[in-house]
Amino acid sequence: MSTAAAHNHHGEEGHGHDPHLAHHFDSPQQQFDSGKLGIWLFLIQEVLFFSGLFCAYAVYRANHPEIFEFAHRYLDVTLGAVNTAVLICSSLTAAWSVRAAQLGQRKLMIGCIVVTIACAFGFLGIKYVEYAHKFHDGLLWGEKFNPKYAPGGHGEEAGHSPTADAEGHSGQHATAPGATITQEAAGEAKVTTPRNTSIFFSIYFAMTGLHGLHVIAGIIVYVWLLWRALKGEFGPKQYAAIDFAALYWHLVDLVWIYLFPLLYLIR
Amino acid sequence: MSSLDTTMGHSAPSHAEDNYLTHAHGIKSWLLTLDHKRIGVMYLCSTVGALMLGGVFALLLRTKLLTPGPGILDMSHDTYNRMFTLHGAIMVFLFIIPAIPGALGNFVLPIMLGAKDVAFPKLNLASYYLWVFGAVFFVTAMVAGSIDTGWTFYTPYSVTTPANGVIWATMGVFILGFSSIFTGLNFIVTIHKLRAEGMTWFRMPLFLWAIYSTSVIQVLATPVLAITVLLLTVERTLHVGIFDPSLGGDPVLFQHFFWFYSHPAVYIMILPGFGIISEIVGVHSRKHVFGYRFIAFSSLAIALLGFLVWGHHLFTSGQSALASVIFSAITFTIAIPSAIKIFNWLATMYKSSLQLTTPMWYAFGFIVLFVIGGLTGLFLAAMAVDIHLHDTYFVVAHFHYVMVGGTLLALFGGLYHWWPKMFGRMYNEMWGKVGAVLVTIGFNVTFFPQFVMGTRGMPRRYFTYLPEFQAFHIASTLGAYLLGFGIVLAFANLAIGAFRGRKASANPWGGATLEWECSSPPPHDNFAVTPTAHDPYDFAHLSYDEKTDGYVARRS
Amino acid sequence: MSTTTHGHAQDHGLSHVMSAKMLLGVWGALIVLTVVTVITATQPMFNFGAYANLVIAMVIATVKASLVCLFFMHLLYDRKFNLLIFMGSLLFVLLFVSFSMMDTAQYQPAIQSRVEAQAQ
Repeated sequence: MSTAAAHNHHGEEGHGHDPHLAHHFDSPQQQFDSGKLGIWLFLIQEVLFFSGLFCAYAVYRANHPEIFEFAHRYLDVTLGAVNTAVLICSSLTAAWSVRAAQLGQRKLMIGCIVVTIACAFGFLGIKYVEYAHKFHDGLLWGEKFNPKYAPGGHGEEAGHSPTADAEGHSGQHATAPGATITQEAAGEAKVTTPRNTSIFFSIYFAMTGLHGLHVIAGIIVYVWLLWRALKGEFGPKQYAAIDFAALYWHLVDLVWIYLFPLLYLIR
Repeated sequence: MSSLDTTMGHSAPSHAEDNYLTHAHGIKSWLLTLDHKRIGVMYLCSTVGALMLGGVFALLLRTKLLTPGPGILDMSHDTYNRMFTLHGAIMVFLFIIPAIPGALGNFVLPIMLGAKDVAFPKLNLASYYLWVFGAVFFVTAMVAGSIDTGWTFYTPYSVTTPANGVIWATMGVFILGFSSIFTGLNFIVTIHKLRAEGMTWFRMPLFLWAIYSTSVIQVLATPVLAITVLLLTVERTLHVGIFDPSLGGDPVLFQHFFWFYSHPAVYIMILPGFGIISEIVGVHSRKHVFGYRFIAFSSLAIALLGFLVWGHHLFTSGQSALASVIFSAITFTIAIPSAIKIFNWLATMYKSSLQLTTPMWYAFGFIVLFVIGGLTGLFLAAMAVDIHLHDTYFVVAHFHYVMVGGTLLALFGGLYHWWPKMFGRMYNEMWGKVGAVLVTIGFNVTFFPQFVMGTRGMPRRYFTYLPEFQAFHIASTLGAYLLGFGIVLAFANLAIGAFRGRKASANPWGGATLEWECSSPPPHDNFAVTPTAHDPYDFAHLSYDEKTDGYVARRS
Repeated sequence: MSTTTHGHAQDHGLSHVMSAKMLLGVWGALIVLTVVTVITATQPMFNFGAYANLVIAMVIATVKASLVCLFFMHLLYDRKFNLLIFMGSLLFVLLFVSFSMMDTAQYQPAIQSRVEAQAQ
């Protein structure tokens, strides 16, 4: 994070002698608080940045609920839930890395950072499995949307009519009278989908894709922190970068906390 | 710091040995500087370069419009479309939005606060390079197929246009957006955390209130533009269909996204201008600013209300009647804080010891242009009238009055006000006034005929026109030449002053804000001893000193 | 300088230190709530209709988000100004989303009737 420009500090009260205190700050506390306000403003910027996608989601879901009720069943709830748990665990270790840094527990801090990075890679791995399935099965955006099977079924069940699913979904075709279209799927079977079902996948890939980019950015930040931690740059008086990175990481978690129910858990 | 052994403070020498310009030498000391003053100067040079580029496009367009059809430049429609798009996009994203916060905000803000620098100097330099990077993308867009969408990039045209520069331009906007966000972030933290002793919120100069309000908009609104242009880029490359109606998307939603940023953005353009005019009117009237708190709070009110009115750009775009009525009603309320400022400036001038200096001439010009621009905005906020005037030259004239009148005249006013501080030298006062008059007259000759044309039905962005509009177009073009000449003259006068002018004292105007307490130009660390802030518009303790041709403080 | 002192016993100079017990407790609560939200969204006995289930899912997500903000992100112990601006940003998101939803919902019937006319 660029806002980490506020360096770490040294708690000693000797003005002008503290190598970690930038020349334009009066005290380590002032420097720390400035950095903290800076990172919070950065997070606010992130919230508004994501808000565009949440707005698109809300507009399309409110106006075309049938698309969402139909298409979300192509997603794998189990993988989504596991990924949620993985991110929550990484948030825990991120928060703990701050505590360890504050208390001077160097090895614990490094361990927490490593676990955080590992969880982030785990999240991306699971995401990769999900994406690969969708690319394979034609569950894509726009004109590339060409599903090989009806939701609830799997590749090998292609050819069945929309499978009987949990109650409440059976009426989805009635909600959009005259608005259902039929897609030729791989030349063998017809999958009937509500009009513009591809919009769901446009939004799905836009939201999870942007979130995934933030996870990658988080990994880069944490690898950088790990390198600095191994050099022994952090301690009870100098942990601002660890604290600010954790705040960013929690925001990435926060976004996913909303994405999971909005995309996977619709009924 | 070792450079602080010189004595500076209230009775600063008129020209310090060590100042930020002489502190370090070589091109590298500029390109890698973390000093907010040098970054401000770099912003100034760069954004003025963008202004010149956009201005050349404007003059070419106006020259073509002397006659209907291809005209004396033998310009094709495609070239015309690309040129007005580039004019708009370059002016908005590379000049108007970054110019005042980037140049004057960076230079003046920390000094006014009594701070040594902004809170995050490295981030500040990064913001500048993001600007440069964004500008490179724009130049690439110009050569790689150009853009002909208008600066608003409306879908679905922007998705299908054969002009292939669109992606370069949108990515340029994305990058420039982050430059703007980080500048705003930096200023907010600086104002919150780095105020000098005694600098309470209500002792802050009004320029800082304006910059603070601007920064709030930059942090809250710009990310939405970033996601909008990002989605547009994805739409054009991958055809995701969120904004493309042929894939089930909603082009009106794009306009909601775009204007959620771009309406608040017009206040990013005008609020710093308000701040500069407040400073100029206070200092050059030699009288305490009337209604300080009202001016301060009206900046915040404009910043917040600005978020509630974006739908007035969509009156004819298929927006629902319900939303249009609500947006129209809220739009009218913006007139209240704007008028508060105008009336308070006039009340400040009333029975004051008004000094007819160059900055004051620009302030006059600003007030005239802003009143015309603001009042015509009310016409456009009324839905029934807007149906008639929408997409005509009336709209073009209106937003040039507020955006150009707002930013350009305020920027000139601010530069002429702070130039002695920035470079330690005075400019030629007579030529300064001539420039101010030429710019103001040239501007009105250019754009007033456009109001008339617009009400008579001349549509904007049209390549050609009916013969009945030719007289207005000729007047407008002649005005544009005059305006262009005035702008060049005004900058030339400043540039000559910076090199050849007589040396300026620390406080040539008698300002009471902190930047006038350090020497001209300021030393590298701004203040040897952190000053104590007092009322920024209490001029009673300042008296003129003939020896230095400046004002000195006689505080007991 | 705004120096409201932290009135916390656990304060460690620059900012608040979260206790290990709290960290684990919040983590446990987040995991439990994740399970709860999956169950309410998938099990037949919790099907209360599209709207009710959306509200349930959003309430659970908001509780989870609040736990992360208040404890993992230290907002409960941090300077209140940071909490204020963060909540403030959510107001702007709400404004953006609600106005866009209101307007698009208004003109949706026009699009729908055109689609139906074309289908015939």
